[in-house]
Amino acid sequence: MRHLSAKIAIAPTVLVTLIVFVGCLVWTFAISFTSTRGVPVFDFVGLAKYQELWASSRWQTSFKNMFIFGAGFISLSLILGMLLAVLIDQQVRAENAFRTIFLYPHALSYIVTGLAWQWFLNPQLGLQKFVQDLGWSDFTFRVLVDRNVAIYAIIAAAVWHSAGLVMAIMLAGLRGVDDEIWKATKVEGIPRWRAYIWIILPMLGPAMTTCIMLLAFGVIRNYDLVVAMTNGGPGTATEVPAKFVMEYLFERQNAGLASAAATIMLLSVVAVGAPVWYLQSWRNRRRIAGRG
Amino acid sequence: MVAVSQTTPFAGHGIEAAGPKPRQLTLPRFGVYVFLFVAALFFLLPVYVMIVTSLKPLAEIRETNVLMPPMAPTLAAWWEAWNSACTGLKCDGVKVGFLNSVKIVVPTVILSVLIGSLNGYVMSFWRFKGANLLFATLMFGAFLPIQVVLYPIVRLWSAMGLFGSLPGIILIHVIFGMPIVTLMYRNFYAALPIEIFKAARVDGAGFWRIFGHVFLPMSGPITVVVVIWQVTGVWNDYIMGLTFGGLSNSPMTVQLNNIVGSQTGERFFNVEMAATMLTALVPLVVYMVSGRWFVRGITAGAVKG
Repeated sequence: MRHLSAKIAIAPTVLVTLIVFVGCLVWTFAISFTSTRGVPVFDFVGLAKYQELWASSRWQTSFKNMFIFGAGFISLSLILGMLLAVLIDQQVRAENAFRTIFLYPHALSYIVTGLAWQWFLNPQLGLQKFVQDLGWSDFTFRVLVDRNVAIYAIIAAAVWHSAGLVMAIMLAGLRGVDDEIWKATKVEGIPRWRAYIWIILPMLGPAMTTCIMLLAFGVIRNYDLVVAMTNGGPGTATEVPAKFVMEYLFERQNAGLASAAATIMLLSVVAVGAPVWYLQSWRNRRRIAGRG
Repeated sequence: MVAVSQTTPFAGHGIEAAGPKPRQLTLPRFGVYVFLFVAALFFLLPVYVMIVTSLKPLAEIRETNVLMPPMAPTLAAWWEAWNSACTGLKCDGVKVGFLNSVKIVVPTVILSVLIGSLNGYVMSFWRFKGANLLFATLMFGAFLPIQVVLYPIVRLWSAMGLFGSLPGIILIHVIFGMPIVTLMYRNFYAALPIEIFKAARVDGAGFWRIFGHVFLPMSGPITVVVVIWQVTGVWNDYIMGLTFGGLSNSPMTVQLNNIVGSQTGERFFNVEMAATMLTALVPLVVYMVSGRWFVRGITAGAVKG
């Protein structure tokens, strides 16, 4: 048998991958069709748990919040991150300092981020009091206790955490742009800002796709930040799917329902990942064909 | 797949001399600086607020506002956060969580490096049947939210007696770190000249010898990236620690959130913020010291294509 050592070396990884990333996934899917609460029960109840899920107003809020949070978080992170990357690309002084400052929140955990922002936005002593102390005594800024806008406060904190990541990836792309292209735009007399919008940024499509994908997976996973900032409140205004699963798995002991919700999370990941994967393999095929 | 080394952001930084000559401060350039400066304030503000809050006595926090610098800075809150802040009934400070996090991070990182480099080595040089499928499954695992497989894993870990134990939480971190770490090593090895491998084969070196004597010693740069990636990632984890840590192995993030969450009645904002800063310190120091290696990690893990 050739390469026996190699096979032995990779065997644990194969085993763990099969058990954890495939087996457990199938297991969760199977559990979502049972009435399991704590200990697994294998009674087939059809789509009952999915019906229970979509009938739950808590889930409806969670699911809706995933889209509100996702739309705000992804678009703002992209815009701010790209803008910062383009501005830093203008041969500015103290470039290193700016880069370090824009990216450092990404090194912090979501728990730390959430706790920092919940204090910063504290309804009594936070930002509101600062503005009131400036003399504007009627000023109210109680985002965290207002159920209509609390989710936007979470978006702000998340953008603060992730815009630097977009900047880093886009800046890497900008630095990779061929100098000839810049020279060509100069010869053509295209203003610099126009060149960015119409020529350079479209060239960075793959980098942008990466950013969007990373941010989107972050949206589906979003859990710690909500726990630290609002813990889902006020009421259930800032509940999200990842938190719903945790809640029904451990506190409410309804694993069947949690598994149904987890399956929806999985479908969301596939919905984000599949088009990107398809696009990439299409690009790769085209690149190979172009070379041949 | 793009090699890790090719995804280095800011590559080319330090060769600005090739660019246009320094410009005069025109109005648009002034605007650029104003925007960057305001953005920098936005990014610095929350941490500034945390630091000044942690240095004030509670009475001063109530009387002044969050942006006001402390009148007489004191480290009393930091001392209390470290030594005697309460989570529920225990009042031992975040130092307990700090030690737990260290006990989790160190073995996790060592195991991740060993397993990831071995995986990357096999995948780069010893093609076997199903290698592509394994790699695809691993990449799928990299993007899988833990909630999707959490219930079965909890049952498995309970059955094996690992649930709530230190080895149990280390194992779960190693498994969930494995996809990206394997990817990093694989890309690194794949970018090396294949002649190195062939020469070692011709010399009669076997599988383990080539790994241990040729490739592992060459893996320094990517190992630095992996260590930084895993130290910050595992340190910042909350959900695994919450689920698998049990009562005695809660990492610092979990303890921190308990300290802030458990305060009913009067809240000690200065102690809360000092505890938050203490929890942020390890990844912050890693970030400040490692700079571009940190950036390589976050982009190398992400950029495929």
